[in-house]
Amino acid sequence: MKLTVRVWRQAGPAAEGRLVAYPVDGISPDMSFLEMLDVLNQRLIEAGDEPVAFDHDCREGICGSCGVVINGQAHGPERTTACQLHLRSFADGDVIDVEPWRAKGFPVVKDLVVDRSALDRIVQAGGYVSAPTGSAPDAHATPVPKPDADLAFDNATCIGCGACVAACPNGSATLFTAAKVTHLSLLPQGAPERASRVLDMVDAMDAEGFGGCTNTGECVASCPKGIPFTSIATLNREYLAATRSGRR
Amino acid sequence: MDGYRVGDPIADTKAPAGPLENRWDERKFAAKLVNPANRRRHRVIVVGTGLAGGSAGATLAEQGYHVVQFCFQDSPRRAHSVAAQGGINAAKNYRNDGDSVYRLFHDTVKGGDFRARESNVYRLAQVSAQIIDQAVAQGVPFAREYGGLLDTRSFGGVQVQRTFYARGQTGQQLLIGAYQALSRQIDAGTVELHARTEMLDLIVADGRARGIVARDLVTGEITTHLADAVVLATGGYGNVFYLSTNAKGSNATAIWRAHKRGAYFANPCFTQIHPTCIPRSGEHQSKLTLMSESLRNDGRIWVPKRSGDTRSSGEIPEDERDYYLERLYPSFGNLVPRDIASRAAKNVCDAGFGVGPGGLGVYLDFADAIARLGRPAVEARYGNLFDMYQRITAEDPYAVPMRIYPAIHYTMGGLWVDYDLQSTIPGLFVIGEANFSDHGANRLGASALMQGLADGYFVLPATVNDYLGSTRLGDVPDADIRQVETEVRERISRLLAVRGTRSADSFHRELGLLMWDHCGMSRTREGLRKALDRVPELRAEFWRDVRVPGGGAEFNQELEKANRVADFLELAELMLLDALAREESCGGHFREEHQTAEGEALRDDENFAFVAAWEYGAEPVLHRENLVFEHVHPTQRSYT
Ligand SMILES: Cc1cc2nc3c(=O)[nH]c(=O)nc-3n(C[C@H](O)[C@H](O)[C@H](O)COP(=O)(O)OP(=O)(O)OC[C@H]3O[C@@H](n4cnc5c(N)ncnc54)[C@H](O)[C@@H]3O)c2cc1C
Ligand code: SF4
Ligand code: FES
Repeated sequence: MKLTVRVWRQAGPAAEGRLVAYPVDGISPDMSFLEMLDVLNQRLIEAGDEPVAFDHDCREGICGSCGVVINGQAHGPERTTACQLHLRSFADGDVIDVEPWRAKGFPVVKDLVVDRSALDRIVQAGGYVSAPTGSAPDAHATPVPKPDADLAFDNATCIGCGACVAACPNGSATLFTAAKVTHLSLLPQGAPERASRVLDMVDAMDAEGFGGCTNTGECVASCPKGIPFTSIATLNREYLAATRSGRR
Repeated sequence: MDGYRVGDPIADTKAPAGPLENRWDERKFAAKLVNPANRRRHRVIVVGTGLAGGSAGATLAEQGYHVVQFCFQDSPRRAHSVAAQGGINAAKNYRNDGDSVYRLFHDTVKGGDFRARESNVYRLAQVSAQIIDQAVAQGVPFAREYGGLLDTRSFGGVQVQRTFYARGQTGQQLLIGAYQALSRQIDAGTVELHARTEMLDLIVADGRARGIVARDLVTGEITTHLADAVVLATGGYGNVFYLSTNAKGSNATAIWRAHKRGAYFANPCFTQIHPTCIPRSGEHQSKLTLMSESLRNDGRIWVPKRSGDTRSSGEIPEDERDYYLERLYPSFGNLVPRDIASRAAKNVCDAGFGVGPGGLGVYLDFADAIARLGRPAVEARYGNLFDMYQRITAEDPYAVPMRIYPAIHYTMGGLWVDYDLQSTIPGLFVIGEANFSDHGANRLGASALMQGLADGYFVLPATVNDYLGSTRLGDVPDADIRQVETEVRERISRLLAVRGTRSADSFHRELGLLMWDHCGMSRTREGLRKALDRVPELRAEFWRDVRVPGGGAEFNQELEKANRVADFLELAELMLLDALAREESCGGHFREEHQTAEGEALRDDENFAFVAAWEYGAEPVLHRENLVFEHVHPTQRSYT
């Protein structure tokens, strides 16, 4: 098949960016979206041009590295990661726009690559259970009800891709933070730090320049891992309870 | 001789000699301690943030050391360990099915085809139970039963259920646990993290590892970092084959450069092939996707009985199907170890029974499981894997059988380390997939995660203590630092200066195919020789004709790639040499010249019960470490 991709080119954080159109032919519907970018890059290199910079690593939808806005949608038309999106989702001859995540919290590094380290800093603020190595009791000492374990798992599947931020009109990282908070608050191991965790993480999120949540739900619609809207409700509940408890 | 020389034997001097069960305790007791107040003054570099590096960095920092940590991804949470699907072994015996430390040890030595050290493997089995406790304490959401206790399943080559899992995302969940522990230390200021920074060389001063030279991948700046000890946790080198289940960024640069600075490289040719991957769909393919081995618990593997049968799977009646694993290996059936399942698939495909495009595939069929357990139960067990398969192939595995084919998955070789996980360069420790230890020739499933975490959480922190407690370190001479820095800069300039016509990827693909054909699932003397002729030519072509656009002082992904491919082109030659020198078949290393009448791997314990530790040089030097088996006696492996 043949496509025209209009790709955001931006030499560096301070440089100006623009969409540049490239025809790409001789590609197959079985290719992933990133493999199509590989093909484009090979041709650019052979022609003496600079290839398009984009982040990727596992190409299995699990590392969270890849992430671009395709035709205005984070990760493109299907609810998955860009590496798991295949060209069969497009029609021969389509013109496709490819842009980086756009959010105040994610400055552009180059072309389609952005800096998502703000998400790491939110976790550093309290997204963990303090369990120093070697002091753990036997794993069976504390049973966890299966429904809680399953729901904790569902939230723990967040890959930190940042699509939720990119999709949100406010550039909010609430769904990401909610996933982390929900995961740990459901488990007995996470309980002692429950209050300080949510307060510190929300503070960090605000300090990083992410916008507030206005319940538009775009995050949930674009999340490749299906983190549910109810997690945001959990976050809000945890936050309220923590504020009231006066604990840090 | 064949392009290499045989040198003095090498030995591990750190494992105590006494009873197997006491060795690790004895070693820990004999180890020197560093006064907690003094630990702050020691800097330890940890390169890598996967399960091995993440757990090591967090634990060393908890102990009070100042840790300087590196990864080439933008976040430690994206290290390749995140992709591990199936599970992690531990001798917990929660199932009361007769599991024990000794049995896990026994299975692992046997599964490694008697090419691993007993002391190391026993320790791994001992520590395994603690790993699960640690992960649960961190909030890792393992699968649970309705009673609230942990669930387990079985994996290929094993007859007890000792594999703990978190749906098909065990690696991700374990990594997030380690990453969170690391994040806590970053916040506390005890870990200094350098993400998007790649180690390009090792600084050795006075015979000891004292630092690294790295490149900031965003600015291109070359930086130097000094420390009292250096830990490499940089993962495996399976990407030498280009197509593999590894993440695209996985590479050999860190261990290869350390090798060139004096660290011996052990068993480079031992590669694990995974039997259940999605077959490639065309020339464009950039990587292969694994379908967890746990699928073999319920899926049945078959091909049509008639070669060249082009009917669709549904049109082939039961009595015209060959469930070849169940036929050939009745007691293990579809759960035979990975090397056996892989080779069997290759054999039926080579004989013309393969299915799907190009005949390079076999069916993994869930029809029986769905009939027996019902679709919801199958969905609960494997749902996300089925979704992944459907997404990639556009076929519905609930309705038609999956198609699978073997692919390169894991490298058992790596830098040689002693029982303390220290390489032949004092002060250089190597952990996780980057070292060679514990797995021998045929790593069973669910043991890499176990080893990475055992090394990082429990073994390394004790042995680094001993090293720092018993070593006096001087200053690193400026000249030594400048020397390495200059070499790194020169190499980058050289890569940029070639300005040839071919991309780094095109060389990588060519190398990968060559390695797959001649050093992959089965190897012959003739093929290895052929590849040994071709690799140096390809390397010369690379340095003459590679094209790396852009400059060095900027974000330049082509430069990153070219730099890594250059190392693969050197490592490949050592892999071929190692495969040629090992005149036997064992585990994942199958030399066609050495097979039984039934076509099974034929080991030669008389002459090859050793670890091949290679010293770098114009002519590589082979140092043999002889392996002694006091507890598990080598027998011909049999899974029939
Ligand atoms: C698809 C797949 C599924 C798997 N499933 C299982 C399973 O179910 N069970 C199991 O036990 N094992 C499994 N494995 C194997 C297992 O995942 C790996 O062996 C293991 O995770 C390796 O961990 P590691 O910490 O050694 O290295 P990695 O996780 O690969 O981490 C390497 C780290 O080193 C860094 N790094 C590398 N080079 C440099 C450099 N030069 N400079 C700076 N940083 C560098 C990287 O950034 C990264 O942080 C699987 C592997 C794959 C590919
Ligand atoms: S919540 Fe979803 S969209 Fe947001 S970072 Fe996590 S996985 Fe990505
Ligand atoms: S490349 Fe890892 S999620 Fe897409």
